[in-house]
Amino acid sequence: MDTSQIISILSVAIATSTPLVFATLGETITERAGVINLSAEGTILLSAMVGFAVAKTTEGLGTVPSLLLGFGAAALTGAAIALIVAFGALTLMQSQVSIGFVLTLLGADLSSFLGNPFVRIPGPTVPSFKVPVLQDIPVFGPLLFQSDLLVYISFLLILLTWLFFYCTRPGLMLRAIGEQPAAAFVRGTNVVFMRYFYTLLGGALVGIAGAAFSLDFKAGWSHRHTAGYGWIALAIVIFGGWNPLRVALSCYLFGILQSLASVAQSTIPNVPTQVITVAPFVMMILFLVLTSSEWLEKLLKLLPPRIGWAIAQSIHSKPPAALGRVFQQD
Amino acid sequence: MRVELHNICKRFGSVQANDDVSLIVEAGSIHGLLGENGAGKSTLVKILSGFMTREQGSLQLEGHEVNIKTPADAMQRGIGMLHQDPLDFPPLSVLDNFMVGQPGGLFTHRREVIRKFRQLAVQFNFALDIRQPVGDLTVGERQQVEILRLLSLGVKTLILDEPTTGISASQKDALFAAARLLASQGKSVIFVSHKLEDVDELCDRVTVMRQGRVVGNLPIPAPDAQLIELIFGEELAPPAKNSTCQEGVALALENITIRSDRLNIQVNHLTVQQGEVIGLAGLEGSGQQLLLQLCAGLLQSSTGCLQIKGIDLTRQPYQTYLNTGVGYSPADRLREGLVNGLSIHEHVALKTSSQGWFVDWKGTLKQAQTAISLFNIRGKPDTKVERLSGGNQQRTQLALLPVPLNLLLMEHPTRGLDIGSTLWVWQQLLARCEGGTTILFTSSDLDEIMQYSDRVIVFSGGELSEPIDAKKLTVERLGQMIGGKLHYDSPVMAKRSTKHPAKR
Repeated sequence: MDTSQIISILSVAIATSTPLVFATLGETITERAGVINLSAEGTILLSAMVGFAVAKTTEGLGTVPSLLLGFGAAALTGAAIALIVAFGALTLMQSQVSIGFVLTLLGADLSSFLGNPFVRIPGPTVPSFKVPVLQDIPVFGPLLFQSDLLVYISFLLILLTWLFFYCTRPGLMLRAIGEQPAAAFVRGTNVVFMRYFYTLLGGALVGIAGAAFSLDFKAGWSHRHTAGYGWIALAIVIFGGWNPLRVALSCYLFGILQSLASVAQSTIPNVPTQVITVAPFVMMILFLVLTSSEWLEKLLKLLPPRIGWAIAQSIHSKPPAALGRVFQQD
Repeated sequence: MRVELHNICKRFGSVQANDDVSLIVEAGSIHGLLGENGAGKSTLVKILSGFMTREQGSLQLEGHEVNIKTPADAMQRGIGMLHQDPLDFPPLSVLDNFMVGQPGGLFTHRREVIRKFRQLAVQFNFALDIRQPVGDLTVGERQQVEILRLLSLGVKTLILDEPTTGISASQKDALFAAARLLASQGKSVIFVSHKLEDVDELCDRVTVMRQGRVVGNLPIPAPDAQLIELIFGEELAPPAKNSTCQEGVALALENITIRSDRLNIQVNHLTVQQGEVIGLAGLEGSGQQLLLQLCAGLLQSSTGCLQIKGIDLTRQPYQTYLNTGVGYSPADRLREGLVNGLSIHEHVALKTSSQGWFVDWKGTLKQAQTAISLFNIRGKPDTKVERLSGGNQQRTQLALLPVPLNLLLMEHPTRGLDIGSTLWVWQQLLARCEGGTTILFTSSDLDEIMQYSDRVIVFSGGELSEPIDAKKLTVERLGQMIGGKLHYDSPVMAKRSTKHPAKR
């Protein structure tokens, strides 16, 4: 295998992780505000279907308008489902987990039921677009800048989310709300309103992830078209420790592991396929167990303190303290 | 800033937390708000700071009527509050905590904020590392961060709610110095406390609250005796209990250390007789609960030893405590005592299920019915416990305690009960004492402690007094001790305490 082959495998892996980047960043924003939107699986399925259906029916308007409408419809679908979660969790103060879970099932079944007329027909897809100049940079050009607009938007989104979290006032308040809502309230924030806002925003991003599948990386629609990705997205948010950069890197890691698995299938054929397809999941579980256990602490103590501290900082993660908990003022 | 509160009323369920309360705080002064736990001090200042909404009454700042509904309203008008439990964000750094909620544009201009922070910190002599997560700081340092944040927002009235609990002596000095500095700048400070000595040291004037009402307003210095009378009322009920002490030591503690987040408790030596009732007095959270949990086997001491009926139980598992006949009845009945969602019958079954896979529902039903009639519980075997009234929950909890018991540990045995139920509960408890059970109980009702204890231990900020014969207690002495002067000695006590080392 030569370098160009490796680069092409990696670039495909990075590009195909794009829907997961949207979904996981959306979920990260929601969970940082202290709301857990467990419906990602159902949201992605339903919005993938809606996005495809809308783009397909409006195909006559031209590719770009129909795609925009498709993505818009998908985002609205995601926000609408998030609104149900937010209303149930923040206004009715019911269990976020059960609402999310029921919506997962509902979204999945609804997508099959409503999406029936659109199964296995060709539709509009996002055209590829190579960035002039940047695409000629050795290694990085082919790796990052020879795919399509959606991929570049996802890069921008990662950067913006990170900047928002760590360099802006509202971002600081967002982190605060998920940590100690009562203290955020004392500092003059309308906690419930902000939680609504971020739940809807996060839901819209998860919806866009759905359309990113059906209009780009897994173009078309079929029953259970994106099954499994919602759950993976939820796991990656935990894996990424609710930090946008780490979450995005985790998405890429997952994508790379998946494509390595498919390469391995052809290069080492005597290993059963199942072992290879399951490998990424097993590795994630191992990593999670390792980072949340005390072995790691012991291991890190063997390293020089400065390096140990730096590694601990980058691996350790705690969920937002108020995640999933009801905040009631007065 | 001159602050006036007029005729404030606030009710929580059946409790009138503030009943027609008025308070005037002059600009440039430090005003103390003194009272026992549950007197309504915190409620009042939370209303002023917008954290709670009032039901009636009005607020005036500098003579102008204002309406404060949220903390944002209060902040905008220059009222800031330091909450009793730090309301901050433990994983965020000192700097981030300082910045959360600061007005300004989209971006946080860190360099500028750091400069502002340092400038303020120097002014008040607070040494804080801006990069450290506040979760790693002591309570006193977290207060300092919070105070600096409030000041940076231009607070003109600063409310300090029980700020001296859990902080070191030097941090207290720094805090008091800061409060004085603010007062000298013309700001007003409201100092909420239950500690007489702190109010004495810091305040210009004091308002005393009892049971949701203002009972006094005096300039400082004021005679301690007068303040204590205001805080606790004029008289305590006389001890009414005949001694139930019997021969034989039920509980012996030697050189015990209990550590929790906020308190360290040291018990050098304590023995309790069989059948004796020990009342644990003090403000809530002064360490009474920790002692009970230690005796129940739920907490472990890092040093020393604990014996129950002569059996060494130091660092034994909880099960061993149960087998030795220790019963624990927690204050929060629905969280720790009973299981939400289960019926009385199921609770009885839970208690008795020890052998075999299957529950003998017929047998347990009979037991449940017996318990209901014996303990006079207003409910049926299939009534869910959360449906019962407080009194009946307490009766159920008592019914579930095993018989016989050597040691019974009770938190607030009669909290929220009417007089009839209270008398009934104590009748049951004292009957157990006659049978040789030793009782340790906490209560925020001093009358209850006086009436039913043989001896009383007073807790204050994690320190505890020698056990004192209930017959020798006076309101004044109890008040002084609860307020922090544990070693306040009446002449009789002084003689005793000089004797004590000789005995050893």
